[in-house]
Amino acid sequence: MALEERDPVTGRMTTGHEWNGIKELDTPVPKVVIFFLSLASLIAVIYWVLLPAWPLGTTYTKGILGVDQRATVKQRLEDAQAERSAWMQQIEQGDAESIRADPNLMRIVRESGRTLFGDNCAVCHGIEGTGGKGYPSLTDEAWLWGGDAESIAETLRVGINAAHDETRASQMLAFGKDELLTRSEIGDLVSYVRSLGKPGVDDRSSAEEIARGEEAFIENCASCHGDSAEGDIEQGAPNLTDNEWIYGGDRRTLHTTIYSGRQGQMPSWQGRLSDAERQILTLYILSLQEK
Amino acid sequence: MVSQLTPGERIAALITLILLAVIGLFMAAAGRADPLGAHGFVVLLSSTGLIFLLLSKSNGTPPDPARLLQYYDDPTKLGIILSMIWAVFGLFIGVWVASLLAWPDLTFDAAWASFGRLRPVHTTSVIFGFGGNALIATSLHVLQRTSRARLPEQFSPWFVLLGYNLFCILAVSGYFLGVTQSKEYAEAEWYADIWLVIVWVVYFGIYIRTLARRQEPHIYVANWYYMAFILVVAMLHIVNNLAIPVSMGHAKSYSAFSGVQDAMTQWWYGHNAVAFFLTAGFLGMMYYYLPKRAERPIFSYRLSIISFWGITFMYMWAGSHHLHYTALPHWVQTLGMSFSIVLLVPSWASAGNALATLNGAWHRVRDDATLRFMMVAAVFYGLTTFEGSFMAIRPVNSLSHYTDWTIGHVHAGALGWVAMITFGTFYCLVPWMWKQERIYSPKLVEWHFWLALSGTIVYVFAMWNSGIIQGLMWRTYNESGTLTYSFLESLVAMEPYYIARAFGGFLFLAGAVVGSYNIWMTIRMARGVPATPMDDLPVSRLAPEAGE
Repeated sequence: MALEERDPVTGRMTTGHEWNGIKELDTPVPKVVIFFLSLASLIAVIYWVLLPAWPLGTTYTKGILGVDQRATVKQRLEDAQAERSAWMQQIEQGDAESIRADPNLMRIVRESGRTLFGDNCAVCHGIEGTGGKGYPSLTDEAWLWGGDAESIAETLRVGINAAHDETRASQMLAFGKDELLTRSEIGDLVSYVRSLGKPGVDDRSSAEEIARGEEAFIENCASCHGDSAEGDIEQGAPNLTDNEWIYGGDRRTLHTTIYSGRQGQMPSWQGRLSDAERQILTLYILSLQEK
Repeated sequence: MVSQLTPGERIAALITLILLAVIGLFMAAAGRADPLGAHGFVVLLSSTGLIFLLLSKSNGTPPDPARLLQYYDDPTKLGIILSMIWAVFGLFIGVWVASLLAWPDLTFDAAWASFGRLRPVHTTSVIFGFGGNALIATSLHVLQRTSRARLPEQFSPWFVLLGYNLFCILAVSGYFLGVTQSKEYAEAEWYADIWLVIVWVVYFGIYIRTLARRQEPHIYVANWYYMAFILVVAMLHIVNNLAIPVSMGHAKSYSAFSGVQDAMTQWWYGHNAVAFFLTAGFLGMMYYYLPKRAERPIFSYRLSIISFWGITFMYMWAGSHHLHYTALPHWVQTLGMSFSIVLLVPSWASAGNALATLNGAWHRVRDDATLRFMMVAAVFYGLTTFEGSFMAIRPVNSLSHYTDWTIGHVHAGALGWVAMITFGTFYCLVPWMWKQERIYSPKLVEWHFWLALSGTIVYVFAMWNSGIIQGLMWRTYNESGTLTYSFLESLVAMEPYYIARAFGGFLFLAGAVVGSYNIWMTIRMARGVPATPMDDLPVSRLAPEAGE
């Protein structure tokens, strides 16, 4: 084919090869390429000398630094643990009241509690703990199972309707679906419950309706929610008079709640979070109340 | 298509299609209670459709013997069209997936539209559908020109092209149905994988047989790369997909590997798929169309050689850098990291060889958006390989791993390098193939170029920012030694970048739509002066295997 020729632009000779008009110059490999190839290879060799690198049958070259990632990560975890242990121990073993009185410890609780809460609780309760439909707010006065440190810690430990052996368990019956109440009785109950708030909502329900609702309430609901409808934290039955609603306080939602029942769930955190982490969360949740 | 087949080839095609239809029927019957059954119908319908086409177009007259004096370009033409269809589809799904991250409700509560299914649809459509068809189409073109030999016969190129697209359809439709083996970039299940192996062996056969009959004393660089692409992808595909199906009636299979061995095999595959599919194959493309368009000789033959062997040798070791700080033994990580660093040199040598080839043609780069596509591709290739080697260093990886930085890196390569070199090539090749004087509208090529470039830049910058912020937020500790940010907070910080990324992807998609329109109009343009097609040197001898 074509023979070597000189390229007018670069002044280089071609190799003499040609493929459908494509030629190649015989430019030598630039020195800079050789230099960086040597440099990169040298860096690779240095890595091999310093670090674990080449397999040797059942073992491998360990490298003169004696580094091993498993040992490194173990060491780092231990160091981090040690760094945190001073306050961690105080929080784990101290009682809630004395920790709350210690501004330094409470600073740590707020700092690490916020992240713990964000990673574990916020998906349901919201990043600020304000809850949402079906998920209770943790920033108000209303508590299903009690809002003191001990109760919160216990709820975190065993969960609600959870897989834990000692789980807190609670279920509201499906009064309509299971035909315990008729549709009109449920309507009366809804009117009654809505009249309980402070101030009560005026649905322009008649006094008779509300009275019938009250009767049905005493008969069907008071065993859990109490005669005064203020709830029972022993049974996880919510207060119906405080204008705080988990699922909603409008007529339609209340009707659904009474008709189909409710059984909220919260996972148990024992085994998933350490005792100290649950203590931090307990205190963090209490601190949400202070705002 | 059919008229170019010899009577013998028509019979071979018919037998192949009947066999395939029978297999489809068997799959449909055995898998009737499984997604495999649906795929049986896909196979059955596509093969009977082709049987119908074959029989209706076969008129008994053998093709004109004069065809043997020309190159066989029909499969290349269809390959270009299929490639552009896959590009628009795959990029559209990409924009959708990107939008899902900013507006999660866009799944419309449909299982098939969930993120986990749409994502492999996107990756498979763009890598295998768009990229793969482009590689098959251009490789057959380059192979014939640089060998000065016509393809050995007319049947196997069609088998490869159509068979390959059947694989792509089985893969993508499978993901919508929830069929996946959960290996990234190798999600297709066992039956589709076996089919791809058959197609691939035939593909390699075409290459070897044509090269054996070449009329040039040397094998051109582009062919080294195309061959490395075909050969190594076959090896990677077979090993990584070794699996045992639950039964012949089920789509589901279990991998032959487990635990860290599985992870290592997967990333040996995954990284070399980047190396030999998305790099070697497209370097082959670049080595032919860039000098051709620039009308300049390759800067250095010697540099081509050391780059080729550097890349093929070094990439094989690099896969373990995807598994830094995992259960993978430390020594495997060190090897992966050190070879990734050395790999930078032959990668940059390739990019440099391409850019230096443009010396003496920079005025063309300025004026011609087609050549500018190729130039920018080479620049992005250099940027991406630098970034890749950098990210393979363990301490850097501890920041970048699992973040959007990786996504940005992949797209700098996929959009900036792979797609740009392909578009440049297509704008070169389409007028040649359809014997037009020029592309329909050079102005639209300019539009496409700037849309693609700005889309890529918006995308990559968004992901760099997002990735580095993510990486830093995940590792920031407060004074008491606990994490400062929850994962949710890092997601909130990502949102503006996710919107920017979706916008960048949209610009790129818009460019591809403009490009498809331009290519389509070029095909449909009234034939101009049928200039001697791209001044090809003639086929130098009759294809001996192409007899009746």
